[in-house]
Amino acid sequence: MTTYKPLNYRQLFVKVMSRDLKVAIHNKGDILNPLIFLIIVITLFPLGIGPETNLLTRIAPGIIWVAALLSALLSLERLFKNDYIDGSLEQMLLSPQPLFIMVLAKITAHWLLTGLPILIIAPLLGLMLHMESLAYPALMLTLALGTPVLSLIGAIGVALTVGLKKGGVLLSLLILPLYIPLLIFSTGAIEAASLNMPYDGHIAIISALLVSAITLSPFAVSAALRVSTN
Amino acid sequence: MSTPLLLANKLTCIRENRILFDELSFDVNAGDLIQIEGANGAGKTSLLRILAGLSLPYEGKVLYGQSPINQCREEYYQDLTFIGHLAGVKSEISAFENLSFNLTIQGDQLDNMSNAMDAVNLTGFEDVSASNLSAGQNRRIALARLWQSTSRIWILDEPFTAIDKAGVVALEQLFMKHVNQGGAIIFTSHQELQIANQNVIAINLNGDY
Repeated sequence: MTTYKPLNYRQLFVKVMSRDLKVAIHNKGDILNPLIFLIIVITLFPLGIGPETNLLTRIAPGIIWVAALLSALLSLERLFKNDYIDGSLEQMLLSPQPLFIMVLAKITAHWLLTGLPILIIAPLLGLMLHMESLAYPALMLTLALGTPVLSLIGAIGVALTVGLKKGGVLLSLLILPLYIPLLIFSTGAIEAASLNMPYDGHIAIISALLVSAITLSPFAVSAALRVSTN
Repeated sequence: MSTPLLLANKLTCIRENRILFDELSFDVNAGDLIQIEGANGAGKTSLLRILAGLSLPYEGKVLYGQSPINQCREEYYQDLTFIGHLAGVKSEISAFENLSFNLTIQGDQLDNMSNAMDAVNLTGFEDVSASNLSAGQNRRIALARLWQSTSRIWILDEPFTAIDKAGVVALEQLFMKHVNQGGAIIFTSHQELQIANQNVIAINLNGDY
């Protein structure tokens, strides 16, 4: 018998993330559906409240962010559910490698598949809602910093509910309140930007949320996973 | 006697207000081949999950070396290979990718993986995605890890399920080899082992342990 050879963290991270991406490529609907949902929700607003450009301009930041929250929620359950069902989650929990890194890799893969596409189509959505042209940099910046937070915080909720048969609604009840600070500061930043006012303060707070979520949420997720597979 | 590899100390498991086993103690030494027996619902899987540290016992503890397993997770999991009744095989990726991923995160050896594929009779199916393989073949992807395993303790839940006769024989030979090299195997099965069954230590969960 040869001895155990630990991987370094980067190798482990890349290995787990690339497997998740490979699996996701085979389930294209999982990537496309939340995105299509986002586009449809945003299209409904001009239809519902009328094509009045002033009103749309004013509510555009809020609509885009709320729709992003909901579509994130839609895609979150997939994060651990399939792994739980086929037993690969069990194997990850039994690995001598740090669970922290594996969880972070899975969340990163989730963001690449759901957060990044939102970021890419965001300017188009802004255009649909007649968003103030000054606000675009702020929209992109808040989404770039904020969507990873959605995946990181959401992962805690998913980890807590993965063992439940109908965890979907409970997940939204657990997670949506935690998204409120992010929503407030993001839309605040975009509004400030559209009035040509400084928004560095908002961005600083969103960055702080991101940094604390990256460092703390993988620990919480690991602990939650051990509890919910018990 | 050297210290046992693994020690179950007064384990009690209660599920849905029913006592599955009460103050169950036993030790696992190098070279032991332990078969957990019991009717369906007797708590075999629960016991294996407790031994692997996936579930917590209602009372009692599992010791690896001298320390409880939740305090020495990293060392224990280097020395443990657990295959549950869920195979841990992703249906979207190929047999080979599944094996290599599982071996990587468990820290087992990655060289000569084709030997393991050969041993479980999956040569020629390496690049077929697991969703196109049969239930038995999926099970074999999971079991292929055993041929590459560097850990001493194996905990296997129903390893023979969905495996054909030739596969069972190959697996039993691997069991004997592992045990003779100083490993220990704890498994559940409703089948009698074909070879060397005088060496099997049975733990019965039907109330009279």
